[in-house]
Amino acid sequence: MKRLSSTFMPSNWLSRAQRWRKELDLQSTNLIEVCMALTVVSQIFPKEMIPAILPLVEEKLNHPKEIIRRKAVLALYKFYLIAPNQVQHIHNKFRKALCDKDPGVMTASLHIYLQMIQENPEGYKDLTGSFVNILKQVVGGKLPIDFNYHSVPAPWLQIHLLRILSFLGKNDLRTSELIYEVLDESLRRAEMNRNITYAILYECVKCIYTIHPKSNLLEKAAKCIGNFVLSPDINLKYLGLKALTYVIQQDPKMALQHQMTIIECLDHPDLIIKRETLELLFRITNAQNVVVIVEKMLEFLQNSPDDYTTIDLVGKVAELAEKYAPDNEWFIETMNTVFSLGGDTMQPDIPNSFLKLLSEGFDSVEEDRKLRLFAVDSYVSLLQGETRKLPQCFLQVISWVLGEYSHLSEDHNRSTVLRLLEKLLDMKQTSSETKCWILMAMTKLCEGTAGVCVAQQVSETYISSMDTVLRQRAQELQHLSQDSELREEVLPRDSGLDPMEIDSSLSFLDEFVSGALAAGAAPYKPPHQRQEELAEAKVLSLEPYGLALPISMSSCSITDRHSPTPLSMSSGLSGDSTDVSHRAGLKLDGVQRVWGRDGYLAKKESVEEAAPVQGLTPVHSPSLQNEGDGSHSQTPTPTPTPEPDREKEQLASSLFFGVSSQSSVCLMGKPDSTFNRRRKAKVQAPGVTEQLSSSVAPVSNAVDNLLCNNLQDSNINSVSAASSKQTCELSPRVPAANGTCNTDCGLPESDRKRSNLSISRDNGLVDADSALSEDQGSRSDLCPSSYLPAELCGLYRSEIAPLCTAHSLELSACHVHQGDDMILIIFISNSSDSQVLQIRLDLKSEQLKVTCVSDSSVENIKSHTVAVYQYSLAVKRPGVDVEVDGTLSFLLPAGTPQTKHFSYKLPLTAFIRPLLISTEEYGTMWLGFSHEVKQNLTLVDDGCEPLTFTLNLLKNRLQLHLVEIIGLEGILACRLLQNQPCLMHCRVHAGALAVWLRSPVPELPDCLVYHCQRVLQEK
Amino acid sequence: MIKFLLMVNRQGQTRLSRYYQPVELTKRAALEADVVRFCLSRNKEQCSFVEYKDFRLIYRQYAALYIVVGVTDAENELSIYELVHNFVEVLDKYFSRVSELDIMFNLDRVHIILDEIIQNGHIVETNKSRILAPLTALDKMADG
Repeated sequence: MKRLSSTFMPSNWLSRAQRWRKELDLQSTNLIEVCMALTVVSQIFPKEMIPAILPLVEEKLNHPKEIIRRKAVLALYKFYLIAPNQVQHIHNKFRKALCDKDPGVMTASLHIYLQMIQENPEGYKDLTGSFVNILKQVVGGKLPIDFNYHSVPAPWLQIHLLRILSFLGKNDLRTSELIYEVLDESLRRAEMNRNITYAILYECVKCIYTIHPKSNLLEKAAKCIGNFVLSPDINLKYLGLKALTYVIQQDPKMALQHQMTIIECLDHPDLIIKRETLELLFRITNAQNVVVIVEKMLEFLQNSPDDYTTIDLVGKVAELAEKYAPDNEWFIETMNTVFSLGGDTMQPDIPNSFLKLLSEGFDSVEEDRKLRLFAVDSYVSLLQGETRKLPQCFLQVISWVLGEYSHLSEDHNRSTVLRLLEKLLDMKQTSSETKCWILMAMTKLCEGTAGVCVAQQVSETYISSMDTVLRQRAQELQHLSQDSELREEVLPRDSGLDPMEIDSSLSFLDEFVSGALAAGAAPYKPPHQRQEELAEAKVLSLEPYGLALPISMSSCSITDRHSPTPLSMSSGLSGDSTDVSHRAGLKLDGVQRVWGRDGYLAKKESVEEAAPVQGLTPVHSPSLQNEGDGSHSQTPTPTPTPEPDREKEQLASSLFFGVSSQSSVCLMGKPDSTFNRRRKAKVQAPGVTEQLSSSVAPVSNAVDNLLCNNLQDSNINSVSAASSKQTCELSPRVPAANGTCNTDCGLPESDRKRSNLSISRDNGLVDADSALSEDQGSRSDLCPSSYLPAELCGLYRSEIAPLCTAHSLELSACHVHQGDDMILIIFISNSSDSQVLQIRLDLKSEQLKVTCVSDSSVENIKSHTVAVYQYSLAVKRPGVDVEVDGTLSFLLPAGTPQTKHFSYKLPLTAFIRPLLISTEEYGTMWLGFSHEVKQNLTLVDDGCEPLTFTLNLLKNRLQLHLVEIIGLEGILACRLLQNQPCLMHCRVHAGALAVWLRSPVPELPDCLVYHCQRVLQEK
Repeated sequence: MIKFLLMVNRQGQTRLSRYYQPVELTKRAALEADVVRFCLSRNKEQCSFVEYKDFRLIYRQYAALYIVVGVTDAENELSIYELVHNFVEVLDKYFSRVSELDIMFNLDRVHIILDEIIQNGHIVETNKSRILAPLTALDKMADG
């Protein structure tokens, strides 16, 4: 039966039927039945059944038999894996399990802790001591003898604990200090020659290199790795390489110590060793050794056995080539090999980013021209040779490049290129997609009589093709080849850089859609809604809980589950608009990633970096270069040099060239990477701003805001106050403005308008203004709250929280509840004495829809001023907390671009509002919602009316609407902005509050339960 | 994390398979065939770990029977390699000198043993006597 059950997925009918068996078994008094029931529960269990069975399992935690306790803990682990929110309240029981007197139960609880610590290491630092103690006892042989495996005490437990400790000690000196001693002990004890001790050693080494470094441990770990790598046992050698790969990310010097072994492994007959070695080399690649390493990788690729390895390695080669290419020729040639080897299996973003790189180019026009020219030349010569073996995706790249850039080449006139392309078209192997690319390229090239003639001929062949896309391209070719003016307009040369405008809402189709609707077509339903309806039809009568509906509801006419009203309501609420925006957002992300800026930037930097290197060493001939640099790169290896090894050593020094030279300066890895990143960020800035300029339209003008405050103040004093006085007052008054701001809100609308007007007239003033305050050198305290836009003053808002600082800029933010809108306000204060230019703020979030509210965008922020940005937030996908990620880019006074990332987190409760409905409406809505969660919560007891008290507490803290309380049951309703309802039914049952939530939004009930739990726990 | 555990013989017949991540039934046959092909083609001097798609295979040969475990990249290969041996030692203890036939005709018991050792792709028990405790209790119940 086990075998059978394991082949089925949870949540189908079988597991449902099984579950009832299980419940019976769990309550059985027979030890074996309980034990087996728990075993099954901990392997397959449907999420929605957890609340029903959780109390039974919890009960088993106190069972006198260790085996039952252990299995109960494992069942809870399974629950934690599939629904972490639902076991939130029993974390203290996990702790009890950790302290259980039986080692088996303790071991089982470690699974939960490993998972939780992986997700949130900060929350469990206090347990470090306990884990260290446990490990000490295990290592010291305190466990019963039957836990030993080949006389090593509980080896898998040791490995498990080491993993937990490495998560805890990562980047944390204080925690790491607690761990050092036991690691030392483990290393010392594990000196027997058994496989399992090596497995523990490997884990120790990983741990030592993950936590905060300590020199004597590092030394010992390095020795360990040395033993592994040099071991004749091939399994150990593999493990050693794997450890080395991990370690050199922290300390590249390690690679030098073992360079000869690495070279040997590179020629090892076993593929997996070779592969692991390449992985290692990939990690230490830099601009100096890239040529040799890529050569090795391509060599391996040529005999690569399977697709997966090919895809993986081809991706890596492409990445390295883009990052570190020493020159154009090498880059193009490498990419050619990549395309021909990778064929059509490789990731589509490799050709995409390659083409993007070619079309965007770098700073220097001349360099771009050379690169493109070289590409064209190399492709023309490729096409003149044997073309039959070239993969389709390479042909597509070739045809695009030829179409776009063959005018750069003087050697090849268009008709030659056209003829070559025509030859490709005639090939049998060419797929119709490739043919489309070729036709596109021809469209760009057909010029002059010869060209037109070829074009006509080709288009006639394909104009009657069965493939519609191909036919379309043929039509285009035919028409554009005849009309050269039109062609110039449609396909202007060198237009690759203009950003294209994309209407993601597809508004141009509105007319068509409304026409179709009027003609009687069915409205579009997004896929998830269709599925929902399907599911609705399926779940129908399997609900045992239906009997327990509150009386109030059963009285209010239980309509048919399929009655059209609730259904259409839920569909309306699940919101087409959000869905569209969601898809649009996704698409945008995709585009950015696929066309990743990295390639472009990396390439740029590599060209810069490579230039001096080239001067130093003839990189193309690794065997020659070592006479000079060999001396210093080889110093770490004391091995004598027999004659046949000479070649290997030369290879070694070329492989480890960059590493050795840099490691003498520092532990290269980290400083180097930050260097790169900074470089990237720097280059990125202009690109980003350009790309995003259409989508981002920030926001209220800092100056305006300043003035607004300013004016309002002056309004109180007297509108006609002398301008000079105003300006002088400005900076000192800022801190005090907080109070005045609030009173200003009371100003009649007309007053404010008037003041705005007068301000805009005195625009000249403002400049003088800031200049003045600079002159005075007054260090104003830029308190952001005083810059809150007037219309938002007095509304409920969160504390203003600092987000990040970047040079003189300080970012802080808060969110304001404005009726049904949630406004996010970001303050950027400039505390320096100089102006910060070209500020751009870009927010995005997977969970939220972020729209910019204020109309004008602030480009520059003057010294000692604050700019205010307003965004309106709406929930796309609910989560317990929702987060907005942002990027701030700006130009320093020195002209260097900077970017800074930040994120702002707000609880989902900020978007919850009461939903005012009557009990009857509640009844009808309840039946229409398909997503539900049931859970038992603690009842807060104030002495007399626990239910009323608890519900009122929830109502006040979470902004719910309390619809009605009848006897021991109560119903509440709320909505997620803008209009997504969630209904909650509570019942007092056995001293706990059984809540049942329903909503049309899948994630909403789960998140809400979590917040309810939080509120009640805090109490 | 452990993705699956297979027991296959030299003829390529699967004696036992246990998946800890859902794999479609139709794809299992292909995967098992691939895995057997990989393992049979390797000799004793070669590494007991093989790269297969995006994960690693760890295999160990006992007479004509191969035990193959598929794990993710982050797993400690050697510890799994030893786990396989621990598993075989447990089988040996229970069946006293285990053979392929024992596994064929007592598949349910082998599954119970395996379920005690690995759950949800994690190692949950390695203590031999504890692994066998539920099974011996069951046997006693059947006898009495």
